[in-house]
Amino acid sequence: MKYRFTVPGDDFTMAGKASAEVKRILGQLGIDPTAVKRASVAMYEAEINMVIHAGGGVVEADITPERIMLTLRDEGPGIPDIELAMTEGYSTAPEWIRELGFGAGMGLPNMKRNADNLEIESEVGRGTTVRLLIRLDGSAPAAAERPGGGAVRGGSV
Amino acid sequence: MNPSDGPRFDSRSDAAKSLHSVRLEPEKCVGCTTCIKKCPTEAIRVRKGRARIIDERCIDCGECIRTCPHGAKKAVSDPLSLIAGYRRTIAIPAPALYAQFDERWSIDRLLSGLLALGFDEVFEVAEAAEIVTAATQELMKRADLPRPLISSACPAVVKLVQLRYPSLIPHLVPLLPPVEVAARIAKERLHGGEEGVGAFLVSPCAGKVTTARAPVGYERSALDGVIGIKDLYVPLRGVLGTAPERALSRAGRAGVEWARTEGEADALGERRSISVDGIAAVIGVLEALENEKLNDVAYIEALACPAGCVGGPLTVENPYIARNRLRNRAEALPPRAARAPYEAPSLAELAWTRPPAARRALALDPDMLKAMIMMEEMDLLASSLPGLDCGSCGAPSCQALAEDVVRGLASPTDCIFKLRENVRELAGKLLALEEIKPPGLDKE
Repeated sequence: MKYRFTVPGDDFTMAGKASAEVKRILGQLGIDPTAVKRASVAMYEAEINMVIHAGGGVVEADITPERIMLTLRDEGPGIPDIELAMTEGYSTAPEWIRELGFGAGMGLPNMKRNADNLEIESEVGRGTTVRLLIRLDGSAPAAAERPGGGAVRGGSV
Repeated sequence: MNPSDGPRFDSRSDAAKSLHSVRLEPEKCVGCTTCIKKCPTEAIRVRKGRARIIDERCIDCGECIRTCPHGAKKAVSDPLSLIAGYRRTIAIPAPALYAQFDERWSIDRLLSGLLALGFDEVFEVAEAAEIVTAATQELMKRADLPRPLISSACPAVVKLVQLRYPSLIPHLVPLLPPVEVAARIAKERLHGGEEGVGAFLVSPCAGKVTTARAPVGYERSALDGVIGIKDLYVPLRGVLGTAPERALSRAGRAGVEWARTEGEADALGERRSISVDGIAAVIGVLEALENEKLNDVAYIEALACPAGCVGGPLTVENPYIARNRLRNRAEALPPRAARAPYEAPSLAELAWTRPPAARRALALDPDMLKAMIMMEEMDLLASSLPGLDCGSCGAPSCQALAEDVVRGLASPTDCIFKLRENVRELAGKLLALEEIKPPGLDKE
């Protein structure tokens, strides 16, 4: 089943609403709490990034008994160097965002840690698409055990 | 069968049916929508003009008791007369009791008053709270436990975690709550487990009534009854002036302050802690924790009631007045309890014996495929509802009504707007039918 959410880019108080909604849906579907948590943490990070850096966007959640696929599309500035953006602690967030407790440079690393697969497509000036895969086969490895679990693709820079 | 008569909406006015403490007084309930809107787990529906509680979802937070404008929600606790059935009785007063009375009545006098009411002994929950604090300090040194740890002293918070944040269960402090530790010390350490000895909590908390009957984290409670502070308040007031004062209080500031928000974290001495009260604010903090936003926090003291246990639904005083009194009283106390005349329980004896499991009461169906089909039906129906969340159907929101319908517990026409739509359609059909005349009568 598919859900689509619009994330407004101008209202920080609404940031995280879409991931909270997805969390509620996953809970009602009776999905294992650990998988629900992984999906909602990964999506929350991606959603916050969308608000901070890209002025909002659209999230699609596609849920089957085997997996959760979360696709976040924005038309923001794009990520010039994805490898660098993946580095823990690297952040381009402005000061006021940091004061709110965000922008610590853990967003992408946290997404990678919680998702079974992370794909990022980005083109500077055009926008970014983040795809997060959470498998529901009940044999998800512990976060620390899958350091390389993600394909990272950059667009034309 | 009318779906509105579904088995999950049994009225709790029948005391025998439910382990939960929160009950409805049917003659006082007017069937308004105040409580259904305030319930943090959407556990209440109005059926046939009366509020009904869905047992599997209730976390005993007492929010409905606090918000009912008609006083129709009540926490049922045990009567004082219960103690007559025991050879020797021990009152286990929670420190919130001390905050119900003016400071001119000393803690010793309040405890002496309990004896005047018929108890043979007292053992303060606050004394046990200090033991739990010391044990928690030990646990905080261990690297194998997740951070932050969440206090498990508030039963409503523990149940909220089981129901809405099951991934956070490993964060709960795996220790018995102070009330249970107090009852066990009093009965087992000080009376060697003798027959006929009864321990009775004097409680500000409705949730403790439930956990004394159906504990979470351990098998069986040593408590023999839970008496609400509000039920003891008047008789206790009556004897305070005359009760001979005895030196009974032993607990120190650290234990007594557990009754207010921040008291537990202060006792623990953990500066990287969050103290949060009120169920809505607790939900916000747990949500942030589940989203991994609280990485620099070592401890969470979360309390369902405003201002902490002093704001419990079984108290009589305003929570903030009570909190101020408690603070004033605590200032006059030594930092810690006097040396105990018993051997303090070991960490192993304080540990949970049956860790709480996730409560799956929010899932639509145990079979995910079935749940997905129900979810699709539910979304379709929800999008056809007006979205006013007016509560007239008896459910807290349009979304909740849609959920009740797919669970077979309500009908779409429980929505008055849906009903009106149907009536309008029907009226249109009637009008059209009325226009049709038999060919023999249909004159030019």
